Amino acid sequence: MFELLGVPPQALFGQLLLGLINGAFYALLSLGLAVIFGMLNVINFTHGAQYMMGAFAAWMLLQYAGLPFWVALVVAPLIIGLTGIIVERLLLSRLYHLDHLYGLLLTFGLALIFEGLFRKQFGSSGLPYQNPLPGGVNLGFMFLPWYRGFIVMFSLVVCLGTWFLIERTKLGAYLRAATENPQLVQAFGINVPRMITLTYGFGVALAGLAGVLAAPIYSVTPVMGANLIIVVFAVVVIGGMGSILGSIVTGFGLGIVEGFTKVFYPEASNTVIFIIMAIVLMIRPAGLFGTQR
Amino acid sequence: MAEAGNTARDAPLLTVRDLNAWYGESHVLHGMTFDVMKGEVVTLLGRNGAGKTTTMRSIMGILRKRQGSVIYGGKETVGLSSNMIAQLGIAYCPEERGIFSSLSVRENLTLPPVLRPGGLSLEEIYELFPRLLERGASQGTKLSGGEQQMLAIARILRTGAELLLLDEPTEGLAPVIVQHIGEIIRTLRRRGFTVLLVEQNFHFAATVADRHYVVEHGHVIDMIPNSALEANKEKLTTYLGV
Repeated sequence: MFELLGVPPQALFGQLLLGLINGAFYALLSLGLAVIFGMLNVINFTHGAQYMMGAFAAWMLLQYAGLPFWVALVVAPLIIGLTGIIVERLLLSRLYHLDHLYGLLLTFGLALIFEGLFRKQFGSSGLPYQNPLPGGVNLGFMFLPWYRGFIVMFSLVVCLGTWFLIERTKLGAYLRAATENPQLVQAFGINVPRMITLTYGFGVALAGLAGVLAAPIYSVTPVMGANLIIVVFAVVVIGGMGSILGSIVTGFGLGIVEGFTKVFYPEASNTVIFIIMAIVLMIRPAGLFGTQR
Repeated sequence: MAEAGNTARDAPLLTVRDLNAWYGESHVLHGMTFDVMKGEVVTLLGRNGAGKTTTMRSIMGILRKRQGSVIYGGKETVGLSSNMIAQLGIAYCPEERGIFSSLSVRENLTLPPVLRPGGLSLEEIYELFPRLLERGASQGTKLSGGEQQMLAIARILRTGAELLLLDEPTEGLAPVIVQHIGEIIRTLRRRGFTVLLVEQNFHFAATVADRHYVVEHGHVIDMIPNSALEANKEKLTTYLGV
């Protein structure tokens, strides 16, 4: 069997796949953050908790309603998106006229509350969720489990779909315009406050969707989001706050970089993203795809 | 006001009475009172900071902190949000033009939704503004200043709005483009649009408008029909400090 750079290909491609999977989650989550930040100018610190709630929603739908994974993949994001809409209408919308810091504090506080509630109800140890696509295929150079392949493809489709929606459709034109000048867009007869609510709901639903995808491969725990979201914020900083394409490319890219680091220098695999963040901040403070605003 | 306009045009479309408005704590409009008849082109003339733009933003509902009465088509609009006011048939072209940089020229042009029947079709708009068709795929803000102004006017003609609020459409533009904008406003008048125009340049205003309101310190201090403009030139010069 051939070797690449002194590393057996199974190990290399195995880590590449793991990196791609992590990247899929980074991309989905940072995309939701980017959509929300673009429109609301709020850094949604509840995002990790909403991801966690997505995983729990899938688990509960299975346990209490007997609904399988494929149903939960549609229903759970809708439920989580709806909770986002309630949060926006009830709380966030009252803060827009204040400093950004208030939105940050509110969403951070909400994350702590949500995580606390789930910990009280379900404990801190993980809940199992069965793999809906067991088995896999041997590609010769590596073994590809079906479900992991599905995560990467599905996340890619959702990301590109979101990009298309925002950059290429009429609805997206409203979003882009309202990001630039909400007052004028509203003066054209468009209900901008409702658009803001729905945008927040959509971004939160993306987090919920990522949570559902994560349920079968990571254990479903109240802190699963808190652990992941720190890396995701680093991804967002590297990609550039609010950039749609930036969050997708950086999400997948950094997942792969992380995977390769695990192969070549495992000691740095947990910090490599933060090192890249520091370098990017020194060279391009607005992020790789960001623009100063 | 009896001599203003002809009899076919004297149904008031917009009635502004004792309009007060605030930016935060600062009181900017102090009882603006004026009318715009259906089919008229009316200007608000005045120095910088007199409250002309604020009047526009208050009528449109962009400035929310306002009191008094603005009746459009028989309906009180003070208290309504700007999207509801737009639905009634008022459209606004802001002084800074508000072209969106993340949208192409075509996207900018078709952004304001058609809210009522009676607007111009895209073909008619391209006939008036052929450059916008040629530059359709360009980024909105890549257009020249004059082209951006055309785009800002063009995009509110599709919506079916009957009253157009144009805030200093000639500001900073070359004389030949100012002339072109004058032609467009006269065309719009012929097509039955009602126009409220903010201007500093009364030479330009004289070529397009039926009547002029002079604004100072947030209220109307005089009204001059366009036919009487020559006779009042001296007075106007004092008002405007030109």
